[in-house]
Amino acid sequence: MEFAELIKTPRADNAVLHGPRCPAVRGTLCLTGHHLIFSSRRRERGEELWLLHANIDCVEKRFAGSLGTIVIKCKDLRIIQLDIPGMEECLNIASSIEALSTLDSVTLMYPFFYRPMFEVVEDGWRSYLPEQEFELLSSVTDEWRLSCVNKEFSVCPSYPPVVTVPKSIDDEALRKVALFRYGGRFPVLSYYHKKNGMVMMRSSQPLTGTNGRRCKEDEKLINATLRPGKRGYIIDTRSLNVAQQARAKGGGFEQEVYYPQWRRIHKCIERFNILQESLIKLVEACNDQSHNMDRWLSKLEASNWLTHIKEILTAACLAAQCIDREGASVLVHGTEGTDSTLQVTSLAQIILDPRCRTIRGFEALVVREWLQAGHPFQLRCAQSAYSNTKQKWEAPVFLLFLDCVWQILRQFPCSFEFNEQFLIMLFEHAYASQFGTFLGNNENERSKLKLQQKTMSLWSWVNRSEELGKFKNPLFEANSLVIWPSVAPQSLQLWEGVFLRWNRPSKFLDEAQEEMLNIINYNRELQAKVNALRRQLAELETDDRMQENL
Amino acid sequence: MEHITTPKVENVKLLDRYTNRKAANGTLYLTATHLIYVDASSEVRKETWILHHHIASVEKLPLTTAGCPLLIHCKNFHVAHFVIGQERDCHEVYTSLLKLSQPVKPEELYAFSYNPKMSKDNREIGWKLIDLKVDYQRMGIPNDYWEITDVNKDYEVCNTYPPEIVVPRAANKATVIGSSRFRSRGRIPVLSYLYKENNAAICRCSQPLSGFSARCLEDEQMLQAIREANPGCAFMYVVDTRPKLNAMANRAAGKGYENEDNYDNIRFKFIGIENIHVMRNSLQKLLEVCETKSPSMSDFLTGLENSGWLRHIKAVMDAGVFLAKAVKDENASVLVHCSDGWDRTAQVCSLASLLLDPFYRTFKGFMVLIEKEWIAMGHKFSHRCGHLDGDPKEVSPVFTQFIECVWQLMQQFPCTFEFNERFLLEIHDHVYSCQFGNFLGTCHKEREDLKIFEKTHSLWPFLLQKKQELRNPLYKGFTAYKELQPNTLPFSFQFWCGMYNRFDKGMHPKQCVLDHLLSCMSQKMKLEDNASELENKLPFLDGPLPSEACSLSKVGSAASKTPMLNTPQDYEGEPPPVLTNGISVGNIDVMSDVDQKNKENLCNHQDLHDLNDTNVLDSEAREGEPQCH
Repeated sequence: MEFAELIKTPRADNAVLHGPRCPAVRGTLCLTGHHLIFSSRRRERGEELWLLHANIDCVEKRFAGSLGTIVIKCKDLRIIQLDIPGMEECLNIASSIEALSTLDSVTLMYPFFYRPMFEVVEDGWRSYLPEQEFELLSSVTDEWRLSCVNKEFSVCPSYPPVVTVPKSIDDEALRKVALFRYGGRFPVLSYYHKKNGMVMMRSSQPLTGTNGRRCKEDEKLINATLRPGKRGYIIDTRSLNVAQQARAKGGGFEQEVYYPQWRRIHKCIERFNILQESLIKLVEACNDQSHNMDRWLSKLEASNWLTHIKEILTAACLAAQCIDREGASVLVHGTEGTDSTLQVTSLAQIILDPRCRTIRGFEALVVREWLQAGHPFQLRCAQSAYSNTKQKWEAPVFLLFLDCVWQILRQFPCSFEFNEQFLIMLFEHAYASQFGTFLGNNENERSKLKLQQKTMSLWSWVNRSEELGKFKNPLFEANSLVIWPSVAPQSLQLWEGVFLRWNRPSKFLDEAQEEMLNIINYNRELQAKVNALRRQLAELETDDRMQENL
Repeated sequence: MEHITTPKVENVKLLDRYTNRKAANGTLYLTATHLIYVDASSEVRKETWILHHHIASVEKLPLTTAGCPLLIHCKNFHVAHFVIGQERDCHEVYTSLLKLSQPVKPEELYAFSYNPKMSKDNREIGWKLIDLKVDYQRMGIPNDYWEITDVNKDYEVCNTYPPEIVVPRAANKATVIGSSRFRSRGRIPVLSYLYKENNAAICRCSQPLSGFSARCLEDEQMLQAIREANPGCAFMYVVDTRPKLNAMANRAAGKGYENEDNYDNIRFKFIGIENIHVMRNSLQKLLEVCETKSPSMSDFLTGLENSGWLRHIKAVMDAGVFLAKAVKDENASVLVHCSDGWDRTAQVCSLASLLLDPFYRTFKGFMVLIEKEWIAMGHKFSHRCGHLDGDPKEVSPVFTQFIECVWQLMQQFPCTFEFNERFLLEIHDHVYSCQFGNFLGTCHKEREDLKIFEKTHSLWPFLLQKKQELRNPLYKGFTAYKELQPNTLPFSFQFWCGMYNRFDKGMHPKQCVLDHLLSCMSQKMKLEDNASELENKLPFLDGPLPSEACSLSKVGSAASKTPMLNTPQDYEGEPPPVLTNGISVGNIDVMSDVDQKNKENLCNHQDLHDLNDTNVLDSEAREGEPQCH
């Protein structure tokens, strides 16, 4: 297909752009296969807007005489308005944008066309391989092995080809367990807590059904992670009620009779359209500037967004608490094991593992616990808060995770190597990107799409020192502690950096960030100067002494 | 002392409201000024000090198996939940605290006994630190249009105004006196702030005694004089900060608001800020929400909304913004009043000054602002804060709201204030502590009668001594920002956890950016000293410095760290989740919080280690002074 076919009017002069937080500008609008480009005449200020079609969530048009207006609502929650003279031009442009922003073939997406303008120093596709992760693990324990049972994606289509499982469980057993778990997602290692050797595993729900099926290999597999005489916890991310109802559809939960060494705790985390609705309501509340205080608070409450944040964080804290404070191993699952399960396992690791609070460690976490673990990014992030086509598989699961990380970052501002911008960047790229990282729904799809060969990895770009500077937290001082966030409502806040980003000026807050950086950098320079002077003085003194000796 | 029957009670538990941690066990002491709790159960000695004046209410709850619970609510939003073993002890502590927390006579207030061992001269210099005349000079007053008059030197015009007030030069004594007869309690229009750039002024007064039709020529002349003192603008605003309905109701009582027909070129405007009773109830509701144990997100947000608190904060802020815009953008003078002109008017005028003038965002300027708009102009601190046993309906968090508005501004403009959040909290504490004379009484005359300038100390020098810890490391200086134009959309206002849940440390960020930056600042000074000292030793050094030396750091990392309060809280939630098998996880006690910071800020930080006798303790507690090192 040629993109040109979709572009009837590639260019409109004398268009006016009304962006958020800036005065209207007149300029030229151009449409390309992947971008909407607006360049104003005020070149000196470099005012050019490049908007990926993939970032466009919804297009609205309206007319007043011959002047058409297109309102473009983006997945990053920005809203821009374009006034285009000429009804036909306007209609053409609107329909082109609509078509180009809803291409149904992944291979037509921009990452397949994008050519990097930077030198690739590190191939991000190879930055976080399971083998490397396993090497780290095997340096502290030999109880685990890498299994290639899923090499052809035949045992579990949403798992990566290589997974970490208890050494004592062979591939044959894994195949049997896979049949007992929804989508073949048998329990695999998610995290090993070096401090006490406890582990966190994740899976999908067991297929017990109404007649209480059991699977001895499943029992053996998860029992293999327990120390003698120790108990473990199963954290089911559904309410007991929902878990019970799942039995009617063939799913279910681990029954105590067959898993006597495990305690099951139900923590209710919402899923799918409930979350999407929540996002839609929240964004609507944030964008409506006509609210009075009562209405704003009532809409904020009604969106339930912060309730979800609290629920997810609470479950993650509980998992972390079981591991670190109780010295117990944990298995986490919900229904599919691709959404709330991953929120819990990845957040628990941020709480427990200082490495996950570094930039590279966090990237590795996203790769391991989200991309390789088979969170269906393409389905979940197909649309954002403005879309009119509400599909039941769309859900801001990853955004909620990032929001939770931001909440922890806010409570432990010196414990993270990255800053808020880093999280916002990941949010943006999960929804629309020039990189292939978040394309596809699992490793299986990604390998079929040949993303590694045909697209650039986000990490190749982010991990360059030029980019990293923007994402570093000047307050960071590595600590090896477990960090326990507060989940009290008073401690949780609306993530302004995402939800109010386009609705309020950030100049003064940016200046504060800059000032903070100045203070810290100045101190570092001073420190360097003092050290240098000391050394110089010491050298001189030695010289003096030598001369005296002479 | 006659109120203290039991100075020391042992085996007292202090419950923690927000965690499942085991209650502390220790000893409770009553001194003349403080209630002191010494936790004997933790390894690190931990003391909780509560000033009697800070106690808002004491409740004896029904007897439990653990003992007799005593719940203390403080005016600085500290809530202490003690359990005393013996019912009799509890009752005695309870009755003592009831009396100690509600002194009847002003002489019983802490300020009159507080003795920081300071020389008489220094004490007097302390009172002279803030001189309002200097601030008027800063505004260029006296000038062609405005003068400082002593017409009120014997409090004949208005007994709740200070002796010296600023009025238009064009308003002669007859006008002033005439106008005072037409204004509630004689609170005539006086200058609050003059914006030098365009001569627009903010003036304040009380409501006119207009009833349904009364008018007063002198009052009309007074307003005309104010308007004409600003030749650049043909009109002036008259802002009534009350809801229109309230103002109209006042007409029936012979009060009310200005009739636009009677005054030349005024633009009259209502700004609906609610009265003190609504605000008191609102705070009460807010505090109930803050105190709820394990609320859901929805409970909290709904409670926050229903309290109306942020709505009121927004209303005050909106009014301040309106004033500042009128002055700056429309070049118009504004006359502000509410009913008596000492609550809402004080909030709004001081906020507008803060928005317009960077001086008021400095330490000194903020002190001047409070002295000028609140203390001098007769905000009834004594009644609003309930310093003495009195009418509870007079108590209202008017000043708290102002302090919160300043905090909200700090959130939007982090680099524009010289001071930090702690400065606000210190001031807020001392408004209630009665430790210093500044906030005693209701007006200047009363403070003179109480002889506070002779008998007590001023707060401000003590705060200035603590400047290092109260300053804002991000402050970019006096000239970096001029007028502030805050965003007042609802989402710009945040719940102030640091105020209303201030003593629930578990809710606050566990690492404090402010502490980090403050220690950077002190580190910076040390490094600069080091550098210059070293440079002096190397007289012939002038080439470029080797820069690779960064890695050789000997002085240590940039910031000395305060220990992180870091323990898991109750993630199981309430009620415990249904466990199909086995026990709940939350029961295991994993808390080992060393919360030294729980100490009362106002208290004497002396060690109690070797003080066994409460009498000793008592006298020590009075004398010690944390701010004075």
